[in-house]
Amino acid sequence: MTQLDGIVKPKTKRSKRFLQSREPKLVENIKNAMLIKGGNTSQVVTQALKDIHSLKKPNAVLYKKKNITRPFEDQTSLEFFSKKSDCSLFVFGSHNKKRPNNLVFGRMFDFHVLDMFELGIENYLSLEDFKNAKFPEGTKPMLIFAGDLFDTDNEHRRLKSLLVDFFRGPTVPCVRLSGLEHVLHFTALDGKIFLRSYRVLLKKSGCRTPRIELEEIGPSFDFSLRRVHLASDDLYKKAHKQPKQLKPKKKKNISHDAFGTKYGRLHMQKQDLSKLQTRKMKGLRKRRGEVTEEEHGSPKKAKSD
Amino acid sequence: MAACSIEDVLAKVEKDEAEILKNITVHKELELEFDIGNLAAFDKNPADVGLFRKHKKEEFLRSLARDNTQLLINEMWKLPTERVQEAVVAKLPEPHTRLPREKPLPKPRPPTKWEEFAKLKGIPKKKKTNLVWDDVHKEWRRRWGYKRAKDDTKDWLIEVPESADPNEDQFARRLKAKNERVAKNELNRLKNIARGQKVSVQVPPKDQSKAELGKAMQLARISTASVGKFQDKLPKEKPTRTVGKKRSFQPLIGDFNMEKQRQLDLLKVMENKKPRMNVTRAVNRQMREEDAEAARHKKEGRRGGKGGKKKGRGGGGKGRGGPKSRGGPKSKKHHGK
Repeated sequence: MTQLDGIVKPKTKRSKRFLQSREPKLVENIKNAMLIKGGNTSQVVTQALKDIHSLKKPNAVLYKKKNITRPFEDQTSLEFFSKKSDCSLFVFGSHNKKRPNNLVFGRMFDFHVLDMFELGIENYLSLEDFKNAKFPEGTKPMLIFAGDLFDTDNEHRRLKSLLVDFFRGPTVPCVRLSGLEHVLHFTALDGKIFLRSYRVLLKKSGCRTPRIELEEIGPSFDFSLRRVHLASDDLYKKAHKQPKQLKPKKKKNISHDAFGTKYGRLHMQKQDLSKLQTRKMKGLRKRRGEVTEEEHGSPKKAKSD
Repeated sequence: MAACSIEDVLAKVEKDEAEILKNITVHKELELEFDIGNLAAFDKNPADVGLFRKHKKEEFLRSLARDNTQLLINEMWKLPTERVQEAVVAKLPEPHTRLPREKPLPKPRPPTKWEEFAKLKGIPKKKKTNLVWDDVHKEWRRRWGYKRAKDDTKDWLIEVPESADPNEDQFARRLKAKNERVAKNELNRLKNIARGQKVSVQVPPKDQSKAELGKAMQLARISTASVGKFQDKLPKEKPTRTVGKKRSFQPLIGDFNMEKQRQLDLLKVMENKKPRMNVTRAVNRQMREEDAEAARHKKEGRRGGKGGKKKGRGGGGKGRGGPKSRGGPKSKKHHGK
């Protein structure tokens, strides 16, 4: 009933626009994130959720009430929330003796859980602990992933994809060069994942490209990867299917050879080769009343005699 | 002398350039992978864990971050730039990290009945103008909606046509006609949607065999309130073989002796004080008891070993299912003994 299926027609233009923004599109909206608290949360977890909310503003909703669910066992209530608030990313924070300071990062496809990663917070410094000026909300951060684990291990690769999806802002065609101030640095080292957030200071260097100095600003987390729920391969592939209309149109008739030379084919009409216009050779041009071809032939014959 | 000075000059220039670039160059063993569209960089160099543990964590991470950010910024500064309202802006390429969509691909709307007919006949869509000239008000008005061009609801006078009843309310008639048109339109719209949904959801049925189809037809025939008694038969339908309990009756005038014997036996049974023993029933009861005992022994043995509700339930279930399945072969054994 949430779709514009036509049976229940929206009565106002505003509600129609609201439903249209929520329906599946060729080029999708930016993903929203919902931040949920579990049955029992500690001070660390609530502060962490608030910080992530401020990183992800305005595309995030922070729910204040506690929800007694377990994401790894029962995903129906998460799916219900996601359907109601149209959020495809979520962070579920909880705290119990077995898993202290737990954050479950996850994403959805078609309002069903695709991937879930349980990250435990070992060390945490919040935004308030760093006493310096912050960015305006909505600045697109730069994301850097360091460590070969992000490339070798399958789970870490998926985690990298989820973190890129989570923290990247809206897809923009151009960006102001002086506005590149926020950088989020993820390092996979020593069995842990370190998230640090810096402000970029562009210093004068001799040439056009500036020299970078960093100043630590935002929250800093030391995560340890606990449980993981990965989507099956075929569901993962289905989620990645891009519409054909978005694929760049291939220009026909252009081919490249091994050396990189670009070849193209020209199709022409049939040509009369006798009337073909070649380079003008003034000396060979026929002149009025002058020697013709036959006359050319006869003097030779005379010579042979 | 001149030659020396030229060489010196060149060497100095080179050194200066190197100095300048020293500020922004970073040496890495493996080149980073960049996804400029997402402002992302992926560093695959294995980090020196020893160095990490020796120095302070934060400093190591900060220096690593600084190096990586420098490389990313170098890449960003190579992009084509343009000026947009007194700001220097770099044009970003398309992001090439494959990320999953949040919703499935949109399905195109199924065509309506008219659209299918138009496609069949080759009728093109006619583009209508937004505004229509209204002669009454002498201005351009919209085609439908609020303050439309030809609005007949605003008529304060309707002529009664020749063929109509003089006592009929023409205004009410006009209103009723409009309501009927609206209802018909709504009905057609819903029918189009229903047709569209059926097409998109229906799975083509598997090829069923003749026997299966026949069985389905039979079941459909008797699935009425009067159990198929008043269902008409199709022209070539074969009469169904009777399904149900077969009752055979003895002929009215048959074997007299047998009939006499049977009736006397019946009287004897009715007179008896104690009930007649049903042999099969007794045997079944006995077997059931024995099976239950055996199952109980087995359950106790297993419970000692493993223990747990599930096993108990499984054992109980097995015990319950036992006599029915194991009745046959066991009975034979008993007889043998």
